[in-house]
Amino acid sequence: MSETAPDRFGLSGTPIFDGETSRRGLRMNKLFMSLRTAENRERFLADEAGYCQGFGLSPEQQQAVLARDWQAMIDLGGSIFYVYKLAMMDGRSMQYLGGVFTGMGEDDFLAAMRAGGRRDG
Amino acid sequence: MAEVIWGLATSHVPSIGAAMDRGKTEDPNWKALFDGYAPARAWLAEHRPDVAIVVYNDHANGIDLDFVPTFGLGTAEEYEVADEGFGRRPVPDVVGHPELALHLVESLVDEEFDLTVFQELEVDHGFTVPLSVWTPDPGDAWPCPVIPLLVNVIQYPQPTAARCYALGRALGRAIRSYPGDLTVGVLGTGGMSHQLAGARAGFINPEFDARWMSAIETDPASLAALSREELIRQAGAEGIELIMWLVMRGALDDEVVKVHSDYFVPASNTAAGIALFQNGAG
Ligand SMILES: [Fe+2]
Repeated sequence: MSETAPDRFGLSGTPIFDGETSRRGLRMNKLFMSLRTAENRERFLADEAGYCQGFGLSPEQQQAVLARDWQAMIDLGGSIFYVYKLAMMDGRSMQYLGGVFTGMGEDDFLAAMRAGGRRDG
Repeated sequence: MAEVIWGLATSHVPSIGAAMDRGKTEDPNWKALFDGYAPARAWLAEHRPDVAIVVYNDHANGIDLDFVPTFGLGTAEEYEVADEGFGRRPVPDVVGHPELALHLVESLVDEEFDLTVFQELEVDHGFTVPLSVWTPDPGDAWPCPVIPLLVNVIQYPQPTAARCYALGRALGRAIRSYPGDLTVGVLGTGGMSHQLAGARAGFINPEFDARWMSAIETDPASLAALSREELIRQAGAEGIELIMWLVMRGALDDEVVKVHSDYFVPASNTAAGIALFQNGAG
């Protein structure tokens, strides 16, 4: 089975967080949610790999988390609302993530949003 | 009997709350949004209900993915404001209304809306930002007790738009059948068009948002007819949360009077909308 999110509806560039994706990403999403507490953030930062293993992430998921490969986290079952917990811990904004997902970079992404947002086509 | 006196639709983007909490409402990037709230806030301050119902979704704070209730309702006496990772928002905890909430659960389950019941729930920005849009300076307490009504909009399959509208209609009947005399305000939250992940991140669709804004007042059934796929296509993968406006709209009468609406891009990565309706023909 492919590890990337299915292209549901044929809407390119539009990940759909469906049940299968959620099943695949459950352990990783639980890790992200645990980062709400300062104590867990400290434990995570002290030993990121060990923390990932403790939550039972797959090797690919652990690699994505350690490398801060945001696109891979989404592809491997991350929900953007959960992935964002890790981004916040790193001091990264949703505009930063938008810059990563679109390949535009944060500044251009932010400028596009301030200009009224991006359109299809 | 209890009576719905108004419905408020509003985006619940966390950065709207953060801008308020950090005193940035006069910042050039935010001023137009908050100026656009002012007429609604002034009207709402004159029309305080006895109870409010906030239709919202949680974002990995009050519940996780162990359980994904399609619809849920809180029956607690109070709801703590969640710490989403960097300290809780400096806003009051929420006082609930168990008597009305339990009546709503019974009425809605009798109408075959089999809600999950929450006796304990921490509420996140999806819930507190709409309260702040309504009441920017709550002081020690929000204007009235509030009941959370949760909708799963995060994990596909979300309930259909039609089901959300039908839930709203049943919610309206449930409120009207409450034996006590209460006035009720209903908040439908989320939206408008936005997408957070994927190569299409940053997608905004002002034409669709304008259509939605108009039809939510005059022709909500046309919005209830939209499929999930159509919503994701038109409003973005996260814009589908607009279905929560339909729960609010369903709880109102067919005839409503629009008090105020406004539209602003961008609140973070989102098109922010607000629409306030007085219930009934006026
Ligand atoms: Fe939301």
